Amino acid sequence: MTRLEYPFSEKAIRALKAGENVSITGRLYTGRDRFHKHFADGKPIPVDFRDGALYHCGPVVVKEGGEWRVKAAGPTTSVRENPYEPAFIAASGVRLVLGKGGMDSATLEAMRRYGCVYVQAVGGAAALAAASVRRVADVSLLEEFGAAEAIWHFDVVDFRGVVAMDSNGNSLFAKVAQDSLANYRRMTGNEMV
Amino acid sequence: MDAAGMIVSLVRDASTSLPADVEFALKKAVRREAKDSPARMIVKTILDNCALARKESVPLCQDTGTLTFFVSDSLKRRFTRRAIERGVAAATAKGYLRKNCIDSVSGVSHDDNCAPGAPVIHYCEKPGVTLLMKGGGSENMSRQYSLPDSSLGAGRDMEGVRKCILDAVVKAQGYGCAPGILGVCIGGDRATGFETAKEQLLRSLDASSSDPRLAKLERHILRDANSLGIGPMGLGGKTTLLGVKIASRPRVPASFFVTVAYMCWACRRRTILP
Repeated sequence: MTRLEYPFSEKAIRALKAGENVSITGRLYTGRDRFHKHFADGKPIPVDFRDGALYHCGPVVVKEGGEWRVKAAGPTTSVRENPYEPAFIAASGVRLVLGKGGMDSATLEAMRRYGCVYVQAVGGAAALAAASVRRVADVSLLEEFGAAEAIWHFDVVDFRGVVAMDSNGNSLFAKVAQDSLANYRRMTGNEMV
Repeated sequence: MDAAGMIVSLVRDASTSLPADVEFALKKAVRREAKDSPARMIVKTILDNCALARKESVPLCQDTGTLTFFVSDSLKRRFTRRAIERGVAAATAKGYLRKNCIDSVSGVSHDDNCAPGAPVIHYCEKPGVTLLMKGGGSENMSRQYSLPDSSLGAGRDMEGVRKCILDAVVKAQGYGCAPGILGVCIGGDRATGFETAKEQLLRSLDASSSDPRLAKLERHILRDANSLGIGPMGLGGKTTLLGVKIASRPRVPASFFVTVAYMCWACRRRTILP
């Protein structure tokens, strides 16, 4: 397990390889559909993503005794942000994108070019992800986007994931899809698929 | 306790505590996967997550899914739709369920998870009251095939059935939150195919089909699927499925459906015997 701490240096990020387990400590900012649309519309992004991490997550956060408490913080499917992510990576200097399911080849290329990786969080493991958020430092665009879409500033400890797309153009998703299809063909004697 | 109160407890237990047989299968998977592999880390993370959810009484997955109740006919006077809806609404207010019910035309949320058709309730011959919670990510990976299927080279025989089921596993990759569990129906019409396939997900992972031909097919599909190399979350490994449960239903001569209900690792099911 490789430990990563915010701020994430380009050197540390470029050293990561697809298939490596990571434990992340420090600041994560959440952002999903509304956030990416906001960016694409050219509106100002209220936080600095340089050497930072973007988490595709629509958490359940409630206010208890004047403090934000995270009840669930599992990843959401990243593929919906494909159209926006290459430009966001180029403009923001973000080093880690976390989510589930992986992203497309244009995003992989942007990651290679600018020094960024995609980390697969464990789908469904919402309780543990929530527990790794030790503090909600702040929230941005809450009024405009609502709680599930807002930019939450999470300070996490030991947030676990797997580097699924690295900055050398390798995608574990693509490799597994290709290998499993070859295995299926061999098992079924079926060359048509 | 009244029926609605019993439903609240049933929802809480189902949502926060993974069934013992599923947890046991995940523990076996940890030992099977290589040390330091993504597969092993992911399954261990899932187990840590489930232990925490049980301890804190919080949902083990944020997608608390479609709620399907199976109620014994003998209990239908006590466990009416009204009583079940009261229990579901109270369980939602307590945070055991996410607001997870959207009006398909207006896009507006039914904040108490109750609306015409939600939750799904089947009055049937099964004893007690059973709840199945199935998330959307896995439901999106369920499929129905019609044999013969020329794109798969699948004919109207058991080899054709096998090709369809394995194709569903390959197409799902990790997107249904693997390692998954398959409920399969061979035959039936389109509607009973999906209903029967989903019902197989209620079977314990250690319960093989009572039909020896289907029990054998279950074993072989499980072995083959776990040789595909898809693994937990689709990042490679030996554990792509935790179980395969197959049933068959009669068909008309013109139709031959194979229906695969894909369930994620978070196979939340629970029965009470009031």
